[in-house]
Amino acid sequence: MNTEAAVQKPQAGAAARIQRARQDPTWVRWGLTLVAVAVVGVLVVIPVVNIFVQALSDGVGGYWKNLVADPDTRHSIILTLTVVPIALVANIIFGFMAAWAIARFDFPGRTLLTALIDLPFSVSPVVAGLMFVLIFGLQGYLGSFLREDGYSVMPYLISLLAVGVFILLFFLFRPASPKTRHELWNHPWTVVLVGSAGVFGLLFFLQVHFEVWPRNESLKIIFATPGLVLATAFVTFPFVARELIPVMEAVGPDEELAALSLGASGWQIFRHITVPNIKWGLVYGVILCNARAMGEFGAVYVVSGHIAGQTDTMPLRIEKLFQEYNLPGAFAVASVLTLLAILTLMAKIKLERKVPSRANLSEPKTKEARL
Amino acid sequence: MARNNFMKALLTLSLIVGLVPSGLANGNPVTLLNVSYDPTRELWRDINENFRRLHEKQKGVKVSIKQSHGGSSTQARAVIDGLDADVVTLASYLDTDAISQKGLIKTGWIDRLPNRSLPYYSTIVFVVRKGNPKRIKDWPDLVKPGIAIVTPNPKTSGNGYLSFFCAWGSVVLRGGSRQDAIDYVTKLYKQVPVLDSGARGASTTFVQKGIGDVHLAWENEAHLEVREAKGELDLVYPPISIRAEPHVAVVDKNVDRHKTREVAEAYLKYTYTDEAQEIIAKHFYRPSNESVLKKNAATFPDIRLFSITEIAKSFQDAHKQFIGDGGVFDTIYKPK
Repeated sequence: MNTEAAVQKPQAGAAARIQRARQDPTWVRWGLTLVAVAVVGVLVVIPVVNIFVQALSDGVGGYWKNLVADPDTRHSIILTLTVVPIALVANIIFGFMAAWAIARFDFPGRTLLTALIDLPFSVSPVVAGLMFVLIFGLQGYLGSFLREDGYSVMPYLISLLAVGVFILLFFLFRPASPKTRHELWNHPWTVVLVGSAGVFGLLFFLQVHFEVWPRNESLKIIFATPGLVLATAFVTFPFVARELIPVMEAVGPDEELAALSLGASGWQIFRHITVPNIKWGLVYGVILCNARAMGEFGAVYVVSGHIAGQTDTMPLRIEKLFQEYNLPGAFAVASVLTLLAILTLMAKIKLERKVPSRANLSEPKTKEARL
Repeated sequence: MARNNFMKALLTLSLIVGLVPSGLANGNPVTLLNVSYDPTRELWRDINENFRRLHEKQKGVKVSIKQSHGGSSTQARAVIDGLDADVVTLASYLDTDAISQKGLIKTGWIDRLPNRSLPYYSTIVFVVRKGNPKRIKDWPDLVKPGIAIVTPNPKTSGNGYLSFFCAWGSVVLRGGSRQDAIDYVTKLYKQVPVLDSGARGASTTFVQKGIGDVHLAWENEAHLEVREAKGELDLVYPPISIRAEPHVAVVDKNVDRHKTREVAEAYLKYTYTDEAQEIIAKHFYRPSNESVLKKNAATFPDIRLFSITEIAKSFQDAHKQFIGDGGVFDTIYKPK
C-alpha cells in the first residue's frame, strides 16, 4: 500500500498500470463471478429452495400435518434425535482419547492408528453397515449367542466399564507432586488392583443378585436402535479426532508439562489447560460430526431392517415416503433435515467469526492458561 | 469438578443403557412384525388395521403390527441375518424358501395355509403413455425398433426377474425354440435404457423422469401408476403373462421365541377371509378366492397366466438358469 501511494503522486498513469497488472480484466472478474454464482445457484440454491417450496405445497397447515399427524414420521424424527446425540457423545470420548494418544505419545503403530482413524471416510457406508451385519447378524460371529442369551454379557460389560472409569478417576485426581501425596495415593498398583477387583466384584454381584438383566432373552443390536447408533458412530468417527489431532499437535505439551511441574493433578491439567486449548477444535469437530450423523443413509439403511415406526431414521423415512408417492410428506421431512443442516452451517459460520482463523485455534488462551 | 466427572461417567453409562433394546415385548399388546416386499405397504396397512380391530373384538387381545418393506431378496437376507419377523410375505417362493433353508421356517410351510400359502397372486402388465402412441399390445411389439422399455434389474428385483420370465415364456409357450427366446430377450434388454434396482425405482424412472415408452410393472403397481398419472398413462394387458406368487409364511423360530404363534397364524388366516380378500382386490392384487375374483372381473381381465413350471422345472431352476451367475441374463446383457 505504501509503495503504491508513493508512486501515485508523481505518475497517475503508472498507478493505473500497476493496478491493471495486479487485477484480472473486468470481463474475467465478472465472468468468473457469474459462473460461480450460476453454478451455486443451480446446484445448491434452487434445489434447497425447491425442498421448501414442495414441502409447503399443501400450505402451512398441510406441512404441519405431514410432520406431526403420521406416527411413523414423528417416530423417525425422535429416533434421529436420539441416535445422533448418543453417537456424538461416543465420538467425543473416543476422538479425544485418540487425539491425545496420537498427539502426545510416540508409540509403535502410531502412523497406522492415524491411518485407521480415517478408514470410515474411505470405506463405503454400505460396507460399514454390512460389516456390522456380519458381526452381529444371526449368521455372524456373535449372532446366535446374542439371540440365545445376549444379556449375559451385560454384567461383565458394565463392571469392566466401571473399572475403567475407576482407574481413570484415580490417575486424574492423583496429586502430581510426591509431597502432597498421602497414604493411598502413593501405592497406585495396590489401589488399582484391589480397587478394580472390588468395583468389579461388587457391581457384578449387584447386577446378578438383583437380576438387572433378563435371562435367556435376545439382545438386539442390528435391526434395532443400538445398531443404528453403532453404524452412525462408525461412519462419523473420524470427524472429532481429525479436528483435534492438528490442534493438539500445534499447541504442544509445554503448557501441560509446566502445569505438571507446578503440581497440578491430571484433572486440573485437563480442565484448565487442555480443554481451553482445544475447545474450538472440539466444537468444530462436533458440528461437522453432527451434520454428517443426521443425514447418514447408507450404513443405517443396511442395519435398520426398515421397521416403520421403530427403526426408520429421518433419511430412511424420506425415502419411504417418496416411494409411497407421498411427495409433500417426503419433502416435509426433508425440509426438517435441511433446516437442521442450515442451523449447523450457521453455527459453523458463527464459530469461524469468533475464531478468526484456523491458526488461532491453536493459539494459547493466555488468560485461561494462567489459572 | 467432581460433578463434571460424574457427568462424564453418567454419559458413559447412558451409552450402555442405550444398548438395551427398547422392545421387551412382555407387555399386554402383542407385537407382530410383518416383513414384506416393496409395493405392499398400503395393502398391509389396510389389512393390519382391520385385523387389529377384529382380533381385539373377538379375542380381547390388543395387537400391534409393525411393517418392514424393502427389496424382496434384501428382506429375506435381513430375516436370515436376524430381523425378528413373525411373518414373512415376500415377493417370491425363492425368498421364503431361502429363509426356510436356514431353518427359521419349518419345511412343508407351503402346505400349512390354504391355496399353497397364497392369499393373493399377481402378474406383470404393460403401462404405456397416453393413447398408446407406439401401439404396444403384445410381447413381440416390445422389440420393434425405437421402443424404450423400463423394467428393473432381474438380478436384484422380483419385478425384474418376473419380467424376464414373462418375456421368455411369451416366446417358448407360443411354440418358439430356446434360441428364439434368447434372441428375443437379447433384443429386449438392448432396448432398456436404465435397469433400476427395484420396482418403485423403475416406476419413478418411467413416471417422474418420463423415460421409456412402456413399463413392465406389477399389475397392482401399474394400476396405481395409471391412477396417479390422471390420464397421462394407459394400462395394456398382454394376452399372456406370468402368474406371480407371493407366498406368506409364519417364521416358526421367531414366533416360538416371541410366543406369538397363535396371533401370527390367526393373522395370516385372516387374509383368506372375504373381508381381507376384498381389501386385497381393492389394492389391485388378484384375490385367491375365486368368487371375490369374479366379483372384481372388471379390474382383473382374464388373460392366460402361465406358471413358472411351464418354462422351467421349478422356481429355483428358473432362477438359476436364467438369472443366476452365468445364466442366460449374464450372457445376453452387457451393462452400458
